[in-house]
Order: sequence, then structure tokens, then C-alpha cells
Amino acid sequence: MACFLVPTGEAIVVTVIAQGLKRSEMKAESVRLAQKAEKEQEPKDSLPWSKKLMLLTYLLWGGAFLLCFEHIWHGEVVPWFPFLTAMNDPGDAAEMLHEMATVGVTMAVIVTVVWGIMIAVIDRLLKRPDNAKAAA
Amino acid sequence: MTLLITVFAAIICTVKWYNRKDDTMRLGTLCIIYWGASLMWLADAIFEYAELHEEYFAPAAADMLNDAFLGFSVVALGLILWLIILLIKDPKGTVKAALRRRAEK
Repeated sequence: MACFLVPTGEAIVVTVIAQGLKRSEMKAESVRLAQKAEKEQEPKDSLPWSKKLMLLTYLLWGGAFLLCFEHIWHGEVVPWFPFLTAMNDPGDAAEMLHEMATVGVTMAVIVTVVWGIMIAVIDRLLKRPDNAKAAA
Repeated sequence: MTLLITVFAAIICTVKWYNRKDDTMRLGTLCIIYWGASLMWLADAIFEYAELHEEYFAPAAADMLNDAFLGFSVVALGLILWLIILLIKDPKGTVKAALRRRAEK
């Protein structure tokens, strides 16, 4: 009914946090470059947190956008107020809230857990020596 | 059916992303869009299975057709979304170059 609103809410929060982190990381990077500009760049062995969070935002926004389309398809989301057809009836509204609390929260949890696994794998891959270097 | 079609789209995009020569097509974005939707529909499918049990795997033909139609529409919408992101971000600078050429005429 409106389960996609839970991942959408999470996407909004994560996007704000990721943008804030990106700004602070850029500031820290410019300070670091100004302090030791002559030194060669060290190879990075992990992604910055802003990039990790951007990956989560893409997962959440992409999924929520396509799910919103599915709800429009089924007539559960309409382009006029109150936008959710379930809001017209108190019984339907209660059912919608229950669905958001169960299906919606599960969606957000599954996406976040998969993202966590992805980040762990990415960090591991970046720390692993290249095959060519290891063979030499 | 919608979940299945989206998962196949996600797998095809991921294989294409893995075999890419450069990152100018932003295929990663398309992969992430489809995987995000697939994971969310997976949650939906888990709850539906818990409610319907074995009936979940024997949908009516009309429902299956409607779900397939929805699945292909979702894949098309994902492609449109990716195309919009690609044209806005313009990693190859093609749009910018075309606009510049037009302005110079």
C-alpha cells in the first residue's frame, strides 16, 4: 500500500548524512593537500564513507522509485491529495500503517544489510594485494 | 513475475558492468537501481509467501500476465531513469560538446 515510504524516508536521511560527510571529507582533503602537497599520493585501501553512503542512497532511491511506480500501477498512489488511496478510509489507513511497519521496515533492513555486506566485501577487495603484484 | 524480471535485468546489467571497458556509461548506477528494486520486491515476496504458502508459486494466468507487463514496464522505467542520469552527468562530455557546437552555429 505504501511500504516504499519507509525506504524513501531512510533514503532522505542517508542522503543528507552523505552530503554532509562529503563536504567535511572535501574540506579535510583540501587541508591535507595544502599541508603535504609535495608528497606522493598514498594508495587508498578503503572507500570514503561519503561514497559508501552514496551507494546506499542509490540502492534506496532506485528501489523506492520503481516501487512507487508499482504502487501507481496498482492504483494505490494517485497524483492528487492525499496521494495514497488508503488514506480515504480509516480501516485502509490502519492496514497501510501495518504494512509500512512490517513490509516497509523489512525492505529497508534487507537493503541496509545487503549494503553492509557489499561494503565489507569492497573494503576487503581494496585491502587485498593485486594478483599481478602478489604473483611477482 | 515482477521480481523475477527485475532480478534478470539486474544480473544482465551487472555482467555488462563487470565486462565494461571504461566507466563512461555509468552502468553501475543502472545495476544499483535494479538491485535496490529487486531487494525491495524480495521483502514483498517473503511476506506474500508467508501469507499464501504454496499458492504463491501458482498464480492465475491473468495475474502473471499483468505482473510480467508491470515487470517489463519497471525495466523500461529503470532504463529511462538511468538515461536521464547519464545525460545530466554527461561523463563523456557528449551533450556539452553537442550543445557547444549548436551554440557556435
